[in-house]
Amino acid sequence: MFYREAGDFKTTYVDDNQTFPIKFDRYRYYAVLFVALAIVPFLVNDYWANAVLLPFLIYAIAAIGLNILVGYCGQLSLGTGGFMAVGAYACYKLMTAFPEVNIVIHVVLAGGVTACVGVLFGLPSLRIKGFYLAVATLAAQFFLVWLFNKVPWFYNHSASGQISAPERSVFGIVVTGANADAWAKYMICLVFVFGAAWLARNLTRGSVGRRWMAIRDMDIAAEIIGVNPLKAKLTAFAVSSFFVGVAGALFFSVYLGAVEVGEVFGIQKSFLVLFMIIIGGLGSIFGSFAGAAFIVLLPVFLKNVLVGGFGWATDLAAHLEIMILGGLIVVFLIAEPHGLAQLWRVAKEKLRLWPFPH
Amino acid sequence: MPEQLLFAMEVTLNGLMAGVLYALVALGFVLIFKASGIFNYAQGVMALFAALTLVGIMEGQIPFSHLINATLGTDIHHFGWHVPGILAIVLTMVVMVGLAWAVNQFVMRHLVNQEPIILFMATIGLAYFLEGLGDIMWGSDIKTLDVGLPQGINTWIDETTFEAFGYGFFIDNLDIVATVIAALLVIALVIFSQYTKQGRAMRAVADDHQAALSVGISLNFIWVMVWSVAGFVALVAGIMWGSKSGVQFSLSLIALKALPVLMLGGFTSIPGAIVGGLIIGVGEKLFEFAIGPMVGGATENWFAYVLALIFLVFRPQGLFGERIIERV
Repeated sequence: MFYREAGDFKTTYVDDNQTFPIKFDRYRYYAVLFVALAIVPFLVNDYWANAVLLPFLIYAIAAIGLNILVGYCGQLSLGTGGFMAVGAYACYKLMTAFPEVNIVIHVVLAGGVTACVGVLFGLPSLRIKGFYLAVATLAAQFFLVWLFNKVPWFYNHSASGQISAPERSVFGIVVTGANADAWAKYMICLVFVFGAAWLARNLTRGSVGRRWMAIRDMDIAAEIIGVNPLKAKLTAFAVSSFFVGVAGALFFSVYLGAVEVGEVFGIQKSFLVLFMIIIGGLGSIFGSFAGAAFIVLLPVFLKNVLVGGFGWATDLAAHLEIMILGGLIVVFLIAEPHGLAQLWRVAKEKLRLWPFPH
Repeated sequence: MPEQLLFAMEVTLNGLMAGVLYALVALGFVLIFKASGIFNYAQGVMALFAALTLVGIMEGQIPFSHLINATLGTDIHHFGWHVPGILAIVLTMVVMVGLAWAVNQFVMRHLVNQEPIILFMATIGLAYFLEGLGDIMWGSDIKTLDVGLPQGINTWIDETTFEAFGYGFFIDNLDIVATVIAALLVIALVIFSQYTKQGRAMRAVADDHQAALSVGISLNFIWVMVWSVAGFVALVAGIMWGSKSGVQFSLSLIALKALPVLMLGGFTSIPGAIVGGLIIGVGEKLFEFAIGPMVGGATENWFAYVLALIFLVFRPQGLFGERIIERV
């Protein structure tokens, strides 16, 4: 009834090409932006920011990054944790080496450094495909974590081997370190998420994105019709690693504050982000958000129910939690292999007809 | 002989033994991949689960006792009996067959014809599930596993090499036993798949599902059987690794080490898994011995992956893998 193109007349090409061609989608998008920008910052407290909102926003950036590589370009990667570590350590080195420069610039530069490292590890993708590539990216994961553990230069020779974020501010408002307010941390992450999603959405619906998808669907056929696989694959690795690096930098500087590389950016993190995009939906920006929300909220929800509701011991609840997580993933894959984004697509098709049966 | 060379020889021998254990895990991967095209990430956790179950049965633990105590307020832990090793192994095998049946019935049957990445993700979900299940059933503390395998330094090798070179090699008895058992296991698997009716059916399914179905082979039965055999291999690997370093969570991480082994050998080849395991085992031990001290050690964490990565750039299908032919 209200979810349809009818009556929404487009008079220019720019109008016709906009991201949300349907009026309802457009208003929903503005409403979400309004709530996120103007209402949530006033309500957010430390618990909500640290347990739910910050992890959700930061993982959403990482998931968008990985989705570009896996969902749009079809190159399976298990090195996300390692690339996040590159972002974190690059951000740390920049923050301590150039304290007078704004943190936002550091985070973006950290993303750039990660993009370079990503391209380096993406080079074998020209020869290796599928699962072989996935295992090859494990090399990046383990080698990078080992490197950050063993070379003292990366953590400025600190005795504990940890890196910890010094206090930095944006427009006079503290955003990193122990004194940062919950809303300030939330806002800076939100700005990066907005930028990442906007960039990713527009890249994937442009010529670059079409090249990635051609490579994903069949690389040899794509090469025959004139897509340069070297360029397409390496740009996918670069853009993906850029987002993942930004996520890693934010994860370290804004969210955690102090990081021990093996613990935080281990192989588990790679799988977690992969779960997000599979559950959310491969090849969908909305799916990256949905998957990140699902994976972040599920443990919080289960913990509240099991420990808070039933009064179980925390270790027992933790075991049951991974069991349920594993079970849910299997159930999800059986019920809807294309993820939450597909459910959303189906719902939209239904909405288009509603309330009429045909 | 110079001392360095003797050290290197000892390291090589130990590397060969470690390689055999990697190969054991890799073998389970290859079996399932060949028969159903599923890249089974859960193989390592299956080894952990098998070892946990074995210890639990041997010690007479009550399954889910922690959970029962938490919900019903009781305080039970043990049945109060001890089961001898052989019987416990048989019982564990029964559990693994049951697990294979459940995996096929509740997971894999519903995912037939899905893309490989979806199947791969499903096995990761399965790995998480089994990890949680193992902890809830048997508790998450580190357990020692002793099914009566000989352990400790092999004095005969020590003495012989001491007489020959003036330096005694340290070789663990357990490693030797593991090598022998692995060799027997491989021979048994080859005989099974080449000379028995079920083995032939398994190879037929691996070749072409639909053709196998059309000549009357039951896919369900074959898949349950393959998962059971993989469970058996996991049990053997679990016993070996569990006796060596205790039954704990890190056991499931050896599954990741098996991946570069597979890549070196090629996903579809049983000899490949063995040779790949040996190359990785020797390679990482020698690298740690020769280069490790210069770069701060712990190179075993990544050496296998980087070696596999470099190797694959030159030969994308691995050593013994089938040649990858792509058609448009």
